[in-house]
Amino acid sequence: MKNILAVYNRELRAFFFSPLAYVLYVLFLGICSVFFLMYFNAYLGASNQYMQMASMQPGMMQLPNYTEVVMLGLTNVMTFVLLFIIPMLTMRLFAEEKKMGTLELIMTYPIKDSELLVGKYMAVLTVFAGMLALTLFYPIISYLVVDVWAGLPQTFFPTIFASYFGVFLVGAAFLSFGLFASSLTENQIIAGLISFAVLLVMWMIGFVDEIQPGIIGQICNEISVFSHFEEFAKGVIDTRHTAYYILFSAFFLFFTLRVLDSNRWRG
Amino acid sequence: MITVEKLRKTFNRFTAVDDVSFHVKEGEILGFLGPNGAGKTTTMRIITGYTPPSGGTAIVDGHDVKDDPLAVRQVIGYLPENTPLYLDMDVAGFLRFAAKIKGIAASERDAAIREALEETGTASVANRTIGKLSKGYRQRVGLAQALLGNPKVLILDEPTVGLDPNQIREIRDLIRSMAGKRTVILSTHILPEVSMVCDRVVIINNGHIVAADAVSDLSSRVSNSKRIRLVVEAPAAEINLALSEIQGVQKIETVELPGAGSQCQINLQSAPDADIRPELSNRIVGKGWQLYEIRSMDPTLEDIFVEIVAGDKGAVQ
Repeated sequence: MKNILAVYNRELRAFFFSPLAYVLYVLFLGICSVFFLMYFNAYLGASNQYMQMASMQPGMMQLPNYTEVVMLGLTNVMTFVLLFIIPMLTMRLFAEEKKMGTLELIMTYPIKDSELLVGKYMAVLTVFAGMLALTLFYPIISYLVVDVWAGLPQTFFPTIFASYFGVFLVGAAFLSFGLFASSLTENQIIAGLISFAVLLVMWMIGFVDEIQPGIIGQICNEISVFSHFEEFAKGVIDTRHTAYYILFSAFFLFFTLRVLDSNRWRG
Repeated sequence: MITVEKLRKTFNRFTAVDDVSFHVKEGEILGFLGPNGAGKTTTMRIITGYTPPSGGTAIVDGHDVKDDPLAVRQVIGYLPENTPLYLDMDVAGFLRFAAKIKGIAASERDAAIREALEETGTASVANRTIGKLSKGYRQRVGLAQALLGNPKVLILDEPTVGLDPNQIREIRDLIRSMAGKRTVILSTHILPEVSMVCDRVVIINNGHIVAADAVSDLSSRVSNSKRIRLVVEAPAAEINLALSEIQGVQKIETVELPGAGSQCQINLQSAPDADIRPELSNRIVGKGWQLYEIRSMDPTLEDIFVEIVAGDKGAVQ
């Protein structure tokens, strides 16, 4: 535990003493803000339409749901942004240490490989959680504008929480794969490309059932990292999908551990 | 303190280390000598518990590196080749991180760090970022992290590579000062370093140990001839003729020294049991030549090394 904490602190410092974390934070928030404004505009347009329709033919159209249109749309977008943000976050974690030789140094300290791995994973998970926490700005401002100022009780925090939880799980799974990719090579760029490419394929595999319905399509759909997010995107926390992401993370963390062990053998 | 027995390490089909056995006593400084790619680093990595051996055992302070690598790493301070360090950290921060993982109790951590800083002369740069330090200071920081918590065993992989002569001397003095207090294995391919710093030397080539002895004993082991150097003023051809008649002379090389009249430098090898120096001087003076220098040349470690490694190659072929 003490060793995990030491590695965790060191990694966290490394993130925030370099510009990397800040650049990625700005990038992530920038993209999310653009989409937030887009969805907000779409919502305003739909509400105006509703107002006009309601005065002419009441009951023809439902009042658009703010949480659904803006917040759930936004969290859905976040998972796609993570597709290229996460590889940049994880690519240096092992690759850099392998290249610099510090991995050899730390692996001759009295620390278990698993402690090193967990320390690093927790640190990058914290950086990611921080990034996600900053986007809580959107639901808060939504509550103030829509619920308080406009008087429409439409910001449903439990639903928003569920979808955020989903984004967190997606991120945790991506991070564990990114960590795995980083352990494979001493070239950061290659590590980043591997995790981006594979995660992209894991996303696209979800489209197979549109071309090839049936058992193959269904299997592909079950494997895809994004199809499991669909329920979260509706604000539903389903144990099956939660288990998928947790197992996905555990699976690649375990593989990373095997790679570290194999590195030892290969000297 | 360290017992290595029949150690073997293979990478795919390549055998890096084969049948390596040696023993290091407590408080001893062992020089690990060999050309580049001989298997020094691999052997050290096995002893530190970084990489497991393919065969054989290494026991450090009673712990087998294969069964209990964590316990081995607890008693070892290791400085890997090229001194890898976290360049983004400051010296004190890095040492604090290392001290935590090395299991130094929180109450003793500050004292241990201060001790390591002082011993390696890095206290003045404690708050500087490692990436901004000179190579010499980085090397010392590397030593400082190895010394943290007073490990019983120090393993140093080429600790003086890339330093300037002053820094090299300081690092050597530092290592020399540990004699008797810590068990040290030091790898190098710089030969004088071994005679200056080490008590004993193991020479490794092509993954095999080709010699293991005290530095002083090693010279007598390999030299089967004595070397004498002379500087004489006389024609080279006549010198050769005159000196080769002396009994016990095995080989003569005569070189005319440039810009010194007709002075010649003569390198001479003779049988190890006879001292032919009186005979040499008598002969030269008798001929009426001027004798400027006569000197007995002890074989340098370099000669020994070349001889042993070349002999090993011959045996392999």
